[in-house]
Amino acid sequence: MVEYRRAMSTVLAPIGRFLLAPWRGRAWRDLWFVILSSALSLLPLGLIGLPWAFFARIHLPSILACTFLALLAAVLLGPQLTTLRRSAYHGIRGAQIPRAPDTARDAASADAPFLPRMRARLRHPRSWRQACYHLIAGPAANLVGVIAGTMWVSGLVCFGWLSAAIAFGPHWKWLSMATSLALWSALLCLVVVYLTSWLVMASVRWDLKFATDLLGPSRAERLARRVTDLTESRAAVVDAADAERRRIERDLHDGAQQRLVSLAMNLGLARATLKDLPEDARTALAEAHEEAKEALGELRNLVRGLHPVVLEDRGLDAALSGIAARSPVPVQLAVDVPRRVSPTVEAVAYFMVSEALANVAKHAQASAARVDVWLDGALLRLSVADDGIGGADAAHGSGLTGLEQRAASVDGRFEIASPVGGPTTIVVELPCEL
Amino acid sequence: MRTVIAEDSVLLRAGLTKLLETTGFEVVAAVDDAAGLLAAVERHRPELVIADVRMPPSFTDEGIRAALVVRRQWPEVAIMVLSQYVEERYAADLLSTSTTGVGYLLKDRVADVDVFLESLRRVAAGGTALDPEVVAQLLVRRQNTPLDRLTGREREVLGLMAEGRSNAGIAEKLVVSESAVAKHINSIFTKLDLPASEGDHRRVLAVLRFLERASPTG
Repeated sequence: MVEYRRAMSTVLAPIGRFLLAPWRGRAWRDLWFVILSSALSLLPLGLIGLPWAFFARIHLPSILACTFLALLAAVLLGPQLTTLRRSAYHGIRGAQIPRAPDTARDAASADAPFLPRMRARLRHPRSWRQACYHLIAGPAANLVGVIAGTMWVSGLVCFGWLSAAIAFGPHWKWLSMATSLALWSALLCLVVVYLTSWLVMASVRWDLKFATDLLGPSRAERLARRVTDLTESRAAVVDAADAERRRIERDLHDGAQQRLVSLAMNLGLARATLKDLPEDARTALAEAHEEAKEALGELRNLVRGLHPVVLEDRGLDAALSGIAARSPVPVQLAVDVPRRVSPTVEAVAYFMVSEALANVAKHAQASAARVDVWLDGALLRLSVADDGIGGADAAHGSGLTGLEQRAASVDGRFEIASPVGGPTTIVVELPCEL
Repeated sequence: MRTVIAEDSVLLRAGLTKLLETTGFEVVAAVDDAAGLLAAVERHRPELVIADVRMPPSFTDEGIRAALVVRRQWPEVAIMVLSQYVEERYAADLLSTSTTGVGYLLKDRVADVDVFLESLRRVAAGGTALDPEVVAQLLVRRQNTPLDRLTGREREVLGLMAEGRSNAGIAEKLVVSESAVAKHINSIFTKLDLPASEGDHRRVLAVLRFLERASPTG
């Protein structure tokens, strides 16, 4: 029983929605919207119509002149008309027409005197897109809406009249008609009402779509905006990760490292002074001391890898010698960066060299490596070369993918040349400023 | 020996003070920042200063900068700089004014109490004590200098000389005989064009030649 009702409701609900649609508030609000929107459309259309009425004849040059004048007016009055539309749409239908972004160009022309401002408007593609809406797309949608709306209302009136005629019989004094004909006509009116009410709602949808596309930001502007947003959010993510590394480095430096140094020192002192302990106690003490020192070394390498203080303090050149010296493969290092670049880029370059040398040590079987870092105009370039077995492939091995991602995080470029048999050279280009 | 300690970690400051006082040093002041260090040196005129590199307020290289001020104003005060990590650039700064009575070690080295105390005494006596890690970093920086002519072993020996070791110390570290070390050292003198005069003098010159490479302008 329950299932039967559910099945019935799935069949009946859409039919009910269809039948009720023209009688719902939304349909009537859309009709109201069409009327107001058409009134707004008359404003720019009047720009064409009025001069035309003034010339009052069908004559090609005057038609062309009027069209040109209307276009000029629509372009020059574009922002005002657009503002009017936007607030009307928001007020009547709650629809938000997105705003075009304010560019530097807009800001510059806003303060300009009247004539240059108008000149800037004429040159701006946005003004022409808006004029296209005000003069063509908007009025066209409204025209459809107005025709459909008129038919809807007249259909309703006729339906009522015919219903009355059926009720009062074929000899009613206001409409004398055969009942069967009246029945068919009433049915026809009902069909018209249904069709036109849907058309009115559709015309409003078209109108809003045109308005969004033509009055709002263009595709290029939307994409430009998106690029700006993504660039900013990516920079924020990179900075946040950097700040987090610094925080962890600082915490470990102030906490665990100092404690461990102190522990190792005390163990060392005990080992040096307590000479008369039993043999096994001395051995245990010695082992504890050695392990504390090893832990200290491991922690130091980890912590320095997180964020070298010398990098922000003295720059890339100073920070890289630490990495080069710790590399198990002998490294020759040449840094020629006479000025400081953006801290984020410095960090990216530092960690890229660090990872590249780690890769060399792990995979290349090289006997020597060479690191070069130099400035080339607005670019920071670095190359890491080794004389190992080559055959490194970005498709395999996360090390190279990591390098690529690091470069990409600041819009940098990463290239690797690594034929089988070697040698391997990594070349990286990073912008100095973000 | 009258000593001033500058270290911002309470634990380590107390530990160092205890270590030094039980081994015959006299800790006249133990402070926690660079300003305190300069005031203490001014007041106590110690023979030795032990300073941490990272101290308040900026936690970058306060210790190095304070050490440079001490070296300029009180050249007779020996300085041992300690740090969680050693950087050749800081070493270069430290050595830029003079290369005597100065040390730069990883804090880890404190754990080997005897070696650490020996380094302190050597620095106080006007010698040097560079951490092997710094020496390794300095070796990476060499470019087209007479140092390039040295063999790997000779560079190793020169690095150990810069750390402040004697011939016997170098021989022990490299597990070779002292005469082999002497041979390497002679070869270094020849390749660095150091004239045969008094041996000790040449030794200092060789180390200086090596350390000069550390200065950023070199």
